[in-house]
Amino acid sequence: MSYLEFLSQYGDRILSGTLVTIVLTILSALLAMAIALAAGLMRMSRNFFVRAGATVYIEIFRGTSLLVQLYWIFFVLPLFGITLEKFTAGFVAVGMNLGAYGAELVRGAILSVPKGQWEAAQAINMTPTKRMLRIILPQALLIMLPSWGNLLIELLKGTALVALIAVADLMFQVKQINGTTFMSAESFGTALVIYYILARFMITPFMRWLERFMQRKLGRA
Amino acid sequence: MLDWRWDFTLDILPRLLVATGNTLLAAGLGYAIAIVLGLVLALAQRTPSRAFTMIVREMVEFIRSTPLVLQIFFVFYVAPQFGIRLSPWTAGMIAIGLHYAAYLSEVYRGGLDSVPKGQWEAATSLNLSTARTYFRVIIPQAMPPSLAGMGNYLVGILKDTPMLSVIGVAELMHTANAIGSETYRFLEPYTMVGVIFLALSLPTAAAIRLFEAWLRRKLGMI
Repeated sequence: MSYLEFLSQYGDRILSGTLVTIVLTILSALLAMAIALAAGLMRMSRNFFVRAGATVYIEIFRGTSLLVQLYWIFFVLPLFGITLEKFTAGFVAVGMNLGAYGAELVRGAILSVPKGQWEAAQAINMTPTKRMLRIILPQALLIMLPSWGNLLIELLKGTALVALIAVADLMFQVKQINGTTFMSAESFGTALVIYYILARFMITPFMRWLERFMQRKLGRA
Repeated sequence: MLDWRWDFTLDILPRLLVATGNTLLAAGLGYAIAIVLGLVLALAQRTPSRAFTMIVREMVEFIRSTPLVLQIFFVFYVAPQFGIRLSPWTAGMIAIGLHYAAYLSEVYRGGLDSVPKGQWEAATSLNLSTARTYFRVIIPQAMPPSLAGMGNYLVGILKDTPMLSVIGVAELMHTANAIGSETYRFLEPYTMVGVIFLALSLPTAAAIRLFEAWLRRKLGMI
């Protein structure tokens, strides 16, 4: 079977797998951002217990493998009475894992906003919440955007693991195709190229655009 | 509901610890390959030929932005198509070594770029060959600034070894899966795998942070 025949026969499945991967990436990215923001802010809280909670979360999720977390959430969590559907378990695991990495980015970025900005906001009598939302976070966002670009690529790569709990993403589809056709170079090779295109020609340019957009917004262009 | 069984945990612990040995071996071997190959990839981007540099650069980007688990499958299943039969260990080490070589090459690149230009000029004026300049002058100076980044990827490679279980390397995750399917108990094996990984990676990360601080002082970079 030539490569063109291979594509015409299995293109549909590869395409549907790619769509699942994209949806998974977007959902887990949103979850990771929400967790990163929450855990990053909690890490800077004055309350010891809030800070400790965030630290434990971050260390556990950064200290173990994504695959271990995925299996744990999918196979062990049901024993606690929490049964997640495999797709949900997949994006929750990826989101929680990358959220822990993102939390450190958020904390680092907030700390690197110049001190004068904090003082100025206080001087004009802003409430702490308003200061964080209107002054600090927008500037922190610009600082951490380049790192988030790398993190999103890690996240995209992380979603490939959900194939191991049988979520029908790109990785899963090509594994199945390989199992029936034994055309390993064609099936796995195609998937490699698709992941590469997603990372290099979709995520990277989007993050660059977002960075420029934020720079204009903050009058730094 | 939840019933954690300590007797069962103790029963499976020896098997898990043996597998931990394999995990450490896999991480160590993979890292050794990555350290050497990463340097090759970094040096290959410094040849006079711009076309060659671009090809290597794109290769590194390709490896860095595609999933490791897919690369492991690719190496393991595609090599036999070309008549090369690889054992799971060999295929796994090639894949994980290459993946981290791409990451480490970026670290080295930063280190190599940070060596002042005067060092090159001095080496040229002493009539040292390019190879000699690299190995005796440039690389020794590029290493210290690279060490912090290298340490992070040591922890990274350790945490990525569970992916080798997909092609049957008998490391920690693979053993936990086997125990789970023999006994239908997943709680203890998977939880213990998580605990063992924490026990390995937290001290390693802490040691690397200490080493990094020591290095900064040593190099006068405070």
